Amino acid sequence: MTEPAVALIEARALACVRGRARLFSGLDFALAPGELMHVAGANGSGKTSLLRILCGLSEPESGEVRWRGEPARRVSDDWRDGLLYLGHRNAVKDDFTPLENLRASAAIAGETTPEDTLLRALVDIGLGARLDVPARSLSQGQRRRVALARLLADSRSALWILDEPFTALDVRAVATLAGAMSAHLARGGSIIYTTHQPVDIDALRRQTLNLDDFSC
Amino acid sequence: MLSVFVSVVRRDLLLAWRRRSDVLTALGFFLLVTSLFPLGVGPEPDQLSRIAAGVMWVAALLATLLSVQRLFESDEADGTLEQMLLSVEPLAVIVLAKVCAYWLLTGLPLVVIAPLIALQFNLSPDETLIVCATLLIGTPTLSLLGAVGASLTLGLRGGGALIALLVLPLYVPLLIFGAGAVDAWRAGLGVQSHLALLGACLLVAFAVCPLASAAALRIAQD
Repeated sequence: MTEPAVALIEARALACVRGRARLFSGLDFALAPGELMHVAGANGSGKTSLLRILCGLSEPESGEVRWRGEPARRVSDDWRDGLLYLGHRNAVKDDFTPLENLRASAAIAGETTPEDTLLRALVDIGLGARLDVPARSLSQGQRRRVALARLLADSRSALWILDEPFTALDVRAVATLAGAMSAHLARGGSIIYTTHQPVDIDALRRQTLNLDDFSC
Repeated sequence: MLSVFVSVVRRDLLLAWRRRSDVLTALGFFLLVTSLFPLGVGPEPDQLSRIAAGVMWVAALLATLLSVQRLFESDEADGTLEQMLLSVEPLAVIVLAKVCAYWLLTGLPLVVIAPLIALQFNLSPDETLIVCATLLIGTPTLSLLGAVGASLTLGLRGGGALIALLVLPLYVPLLIFGAGAVDAWRAGLGVQSHLALLGACLLVAFAVCPLASAAALRIAQD
């Protein structure tokens, strides 16, 4: 495989300060289309902060994020259009059923995903029997699956940014998610994720970013 | 842009329908406070009809203030707000949709129930109509300004007291024009000027508040 000319997302000399603590500085990386990046590091090393900076929810202390070779702030519409972020919090409403939740998140994201794609995603992630149940009576792992079903229904985003996607999932759901991630990579999408679990994901190109190497 | 607006309004209305008790709090507050006045001030028809518009407007302000601070709270707590910030659609449109749904749930019921309250205060049909008209134009402005306060105080400890300090001064002009309309009508002056001023406030708030609120939400999430 040849090196693509322009990286999908790129970090240049990123530094992050939370409160009085300097979490990391001088962080550089470039992620090509179809590449998988695992962000590693001890608790509190700034993994979540980095992911939030990479999707534009937080500002870095210094340095810049570049999207397809341009400063991301300048192409923020294109940047937001190209990424799908799933954080620690599931964005799942207790009073909605899984399908209503998925429909609402798609609408908020500005996606017009057909109803049967959403349904298929929920069935694939193993919620087929719980489609009509309000999320309040789902278990922690099942609520996580409702959030992750967005990934299975997504065919548009170029970059998935996933913060601890495997937490609370059982073995089968982990396998389903790993499969969805591999399929996304095979389509030419990229993924940045954090996890403390060893999970096998098929990827042609991969890199690991260890935040402990950049800590101050 | 329109489709995200419609779906967010529908989503918030459906959420409210699933937990009706939250919605009824503001309405119940409005009903109770306005009903306390005839009991406290005494049942003299003249006195009551003189204070009616002011009492109803103050109660509407406080009812809005009481409920508006929860506007973004649950979305912030469960992470939906992050997704709203990351949406391809402008955040201000999503905020406007949320305020719209909020007004339909808390502002509009106040307007609808106002004639009933007016009865307690011995208002004439004409005066009742004027109060309802001012509330109809005024409550959306209350909701819009309240949304700015809610996003500025989002995630702060003691946000409830702070939002009152931030927003109540901005409510003063609305209170003056809203409650003053009935007095003007009684004095034989027209109410058009009061209604026009309330309308102007609404237009300014409509143009500015969603943008200000969106900016505050971005800062709150940083």
